[in-house]
Amino acid sequence: MSDTKEVLTEPLVTNNPITLQVLGICSALAVTSQMSTSLIMAIALTSVTACSSAAISSIRNHIPSSIRIIVQMTIIASLVIVVDQVLKAFAYDISKQLSVFVGLIITNCIVMGRAEAYAMKNPPMASFIDGIGNGLGYSLILVIVAFFRELLGSGKLLGIEIFPLIKDGGWYEPNGMMLLPPSAFFLIGLIIWVFRQWKPEQNEAADFKIMDISHGEGGHH
Amino acid sequence: MPNEKKTCKYAEKLNEKLAGCEHYQKFAKYRDHILSLGNDSLEKTIAIALSLCFVCAILVSIAAVALRPLQIENKAMDMKKNILDVAGLLQDGTDVHEAFAERIEAKLVDVATGDYVDGDVDAYDQRKAAKDPEQNVVLTKDQDLASIRTRAKIAKVYLVKEGNTVKSIILPVHGYGLWSTMYGFLALDADGQTVQSINFYDQGETPGLGAEVVNPNWRALWKGKKVYDESGSVSLGLIKGLVDNSKAGSEFQVDGLAGATLTSVGVTNLVKYWMSQEGFAAYLAKVRTKG
Repeated sequence: MSDTKEVLTEPLVTNNPITLQVLGICSALAVTSQMSTSLIMAIALTSVTACSSAAISSIRNHIPSSIRIIVQMTIIASLVIVVDQVLKAFAYDISKQLSVFVGLIITNCIVMGRAEAYAMKNPPMASFIDGIGNGLGYSLILVIVAFFRELLGSGKLLGIEIFPLIKDGGWYEPNGMMLLPPSAFFLIGLIIWVFRQWKPEQNEAADFKIMDISHGEGGHH
Repeated sequence: MPNEKKTCKYAEKLNEKLAGCEHYQKFAKYRDHILSLGNDSLEKTIAIALSLCFVCAILVSIAAVALRPLQIENKAMDMKKNILDVAGLLQDGTDVHEAFAERIEAKLVDVATGDYVDGDVDAYDQRKAAKDPEQNVVLTKDQDLASIRTRAKIAKVYLVKEGNTVKSIILPVHGYGLWSTMYGFLALDADGQTVQSINFYDQGETPGLGAEVVNPNWRALWKGKKVYDESGSVSLGLIKGLVDNSKAGSEFQVDGLAGATLTSVGVTNLVKYWMSQEGFAAYLAKVRTKG
């Protein structure tokens, strides 16, 4: 059982798909200007990752290697269409705001990444849990980023006013940049920094070292 | 497990039935044959690809067909909400369907002549018609102020009624902003001149800048503005910066959107286009004379 727990919790911080593997950044920038959209996106991505990993894992021994990627894509794409249809039927307003980004889960690197890295080698149940774990890791970052973007960008959380805005007679002047996608870059950067301060083993070894000029190859002494 | 026996019984029954079925026997034989093949054999590759497509297609079709009625209802509900909103009839807790049926009447208008035309109002989709060569008009470059290329010959307008008198007219408008075609409604008083409200229900402008076209505070600025000046040409539009209400002509001006020049130009153009002779001017003239 401890294995299962590890598979589930490891992607939250120690092996987070966004901060350590730096996958799935594109949608993290696009949908995080509000908490409500990021929560729905998080649920959508978690369920797609979990179900696709389970499905791919259950036929992993029979997937011809020549069409391996397209088989994974077909399964992922079908699940994404189902999720999109469900959202349109039960959460119409939010699905309108998410627009293309639900469809773009198909190209989200986390889903494919888990299929290739984990589901192709592990049994269905473990793959399902691994999918949930990685989905939750993605969700965690999404919710943190959306929390700051919505709070600082429009003074609200989940659409409920927290800081009354100056234009409505309050005191808070919203930071417009927080509503634009680049602010998510800065926030994700800060989160990665915090995570790596906290867990220094996440730091990658430098690809090259800048040489001291006086000892460099081309230097004249 | 208490259920085990039961499920086993069903499974046994099913197995017996399947065993008796000749086609299933053939299928099972072929399945075992395929599964026993090496993963890289051509036959297995094709069989796996086909069966995967088959399973996925079934899954997707079931979801699409089963959820369609809900989706259609959501869409219709959303449209009604937008129309009630621009008519100023939407409050928290309003029964959308009831309020819509009671107060709003949809009508089809021939844009060129301004006359009402008969037809199935509920089924008519103006956005679709604008793309259908049989139902649209292709605009020349000078005509196409709003950058929409084609427009439907017939438009679907909504009349807001109080008893039998028409209180306001809701006109569908659309035009290109910075990133997207913005679709919305413009509500005018029965005089065809005074703006009541504007509402964009479908747009993809920059959040926080151009997408402020949906901001209720900005939309409130439109109330009471006038469309046509004395010579009858369309004067209403957005200006750069804030409108000085003490100045002459301020009744034709609305604050531009800060940081969204191109969206503001887009909104001005779409108002100018749809209020002009190419748009609803003929219809509005008829409304004014007939009352």
